[in-house]
Amino acid sequence: MFEGKKAIVLGERDGVPGPAIAACMKAAGAEVIFAVTECFV
Amino acid sequence: MSDPIISTCAYVLIHVPSFVRYGSKPTREIAASLEPLLPVIEEHLRTFEEVVAYPPNQVFIGNLHPDRLNDIGQPWYGHLLKGALRHGAYGEIMPEEEFYGLLKLADDFDLIWFDKESGPFFRQALEGNPFLKGMDLEKIDRGVEKERIEEKVAGHGSLPLYHRGRVVGCFHRHHDQDESLQAQVLMENLMAKASGALVLKHLLKSADTAPEEVDFLLSCSEEAVGDRYNRGGGSLSKAIGEMCGCVNATGCDIKAFCAAPIYAIVNAAGLVKSGVFKKVCVVGGGCLAKLGMKFKGHLTNDMPILEDVLGAIAFLVSKDDGVNPIIRLDSVGKHDIGSGSSQQNIMESLVLKPLDRMGKKVTEVDKYGTEMHNPEVTVPSGSGNVPLNNYRMIGALAVLRKEIDRSEINRFVTEHGMPGFSPTQGHVPAAVPFLGHAIDAIKRGEMSNAMFVSKGSLFLGRMSQLSDGMSFLIEENPQKH
Repeated sequence: MFEGKKAIVLGERDGVPGPAIAACMKAAGAEVIFAVTECFV
Repeated sequence: MSDPIISTCAYVLIHVPSFVRYGSKPTREIAASLEPLLPVIEEHLRTFEEVVAYPPNQVFIGNLHPDRLNDIGQPWYGHLLKGALRHGAYGEIMPEEEFYGLLKLADDFDLIWFDKESGPFFRQALEGNPFLKGMDLEKIDRGVEKERIEEKVAGHGSLPLYHRGRVVGCFHRHHDQDESLQAQVLMENLMAKASGALVLKHLLKSADTAPEEVDFLLSCSEEAVGDRYNRGGGSLSKAIGEMCGCVNATGCDIKAFCAAPIYAIVNAAGLVKSGVFKKVCVVGGGCLAKLGMKFKGHLTNDMPILEDVLGAIAFLVSKDDGVNPIIRLDSVGKHDIGSGSSQQNIMESLVLKPLDRMGKKVTEVDKYGTEMHNPEVTVPSGSGNVPLNNYRMIGALAVLRKEIDRSEINRFVTEHGMPGFSPTQGHVPAAVPFLGHAIDAIKRGEMSNAMFVSKGSLFLGRMSQLSDGMSFLIEENPQKH
C-alpha cells in the first residue's frame, strides 16, 4: 500500500505506541524514517 | 505476618505563580517567541484565593470527595467554592510568600539571596505556619543589597526570583561549568526538597509520629539531584528527611518516571513485611519543570493557567495495626519487559493478572485510582481526559470478560472511577492522590477495596521503547471482622 513512501511515525502513550504504528507501516511497504512515542501529560 | 498498611497520607499544593516562567515549556516558549509572551502569561495567572477555592484543589487536600466534582459545573475554575479553606484533612495549600521562606530553609549552600526588604517579609509570612516550629527562621532574614543581586544575574549565571511582579532576590549556580549545578537545575531540585519536606512534616504530624521513629525514606520525586560526574545521583530522600529531623532514618530514591510512587509504596511494603524496617515514609516533592506545561492551550482558550502549583505527596507504610486497610502484596501488578506496550497489554498486566491471581472480577474492585490528571488542564491543549480514557479501558476489559455489557461502560466509569483532580506534576497524579480518600472510605465501611494503577513513559529518556507501570490493591483490614 505504501511502497516507495517514507513515513514519519508519531505514537502516543495513552493511544498507540510508535513502534506498533511503525510495524504496521513497514508491513504495508513504507520506509519508516523516524518513529517516536510521546507523552503529553 | 499480615500484610503492611498505609496508615497515613499527606498531600500539599504550593501556589507558585512567579515560577511558572521557569517551567520547562514556558522557559522555552518565552525565549523563542517573537511577540512579548511573558506579559500574556502573567495576565492569566491566578490569585492564591482562586487556587484555594478551585474545586479539584479542595479534593486534593481532602476537603471534598472526588465524586463531588461530578456535581460541580465545568469549567471548575468558573465555579469556585465559597468558604474554601487552605488547610484540609490531608494537608494544605501554601502561598508563594511562605514557600519562599521554606525554600530558604531548605538551602544549605547559600544558593538563594533575598534583598533586604524581602527576606524579613518572607520570614514573617512563614512564622505563622505551625508545621515549621523549631526551624532556624533567622536564616531567611539575611538580605543583600539589590546591586549585588543585579550583578549576579547580569554576569554570574544567577536567575532572578520574582514575587508579585517584582524582583525579590536571585538563585545562584554552584559551578560555572557543571550543567548539573546550574541555577535552573538547582532551583528545580531545591523546590522538590522544600515541598517534599513540607508534605513529610504534614504526614508525621497527622500520623502522630515523631521524626525520630522513621527508619527509612523513599523519595519518588521527579528531579535529578547530582553533579557532572553523576547526574541524577539521587538521595533527595535523605535531604528531605534531614530537614524534617528524621535523624534515625536513611533513605534512597526510586526512579520510574510517573510510576515511581507506586513502585516506592510497593518497595516500602516489602521492607516492612520482611521486617527490615518498621516505619517507611514514601515522599514525592513537587516538579518545577512541569509548571505551565499546557499553558499554550490555556492561553488559546483564554482561561487561567492552571499549572501554577507544585504538588507534593507522602505516605507512611508500617506494620498491620488491625484498623487501616492492608496493602495486599499478592495483588501487585507489574508490567514485564516482555509484556508489550499497547494499552491493552499494559492494562492486562496491571489489572487483569493481579485480579486473576486473587480470584476477583474487574467489577469486584470498588474504585480504581488511575492517573488522576485534572482534565481541565489537559483537554484544552488536546491531551485528552487521561483518567476517563483509563477507566474506559478498564471497563472495556470487563466487557471482554463478559462481566458487563458494552452499553454499561459509562455506568462502570461513574461507579468505579472518578473525575481527575490532580495537578499535572508527572509522578503526583499517579493514582496515589486517591489513596487518602480510599483509606478513609474503607475505614468508614463505604468501600471494601480499591486498586491503584500507574503508568510510566520510559521511552521519554530514549534508552528503551518500553512503557512501564505498576499496581496494587488495598483492602479492608481483615481484623475488623
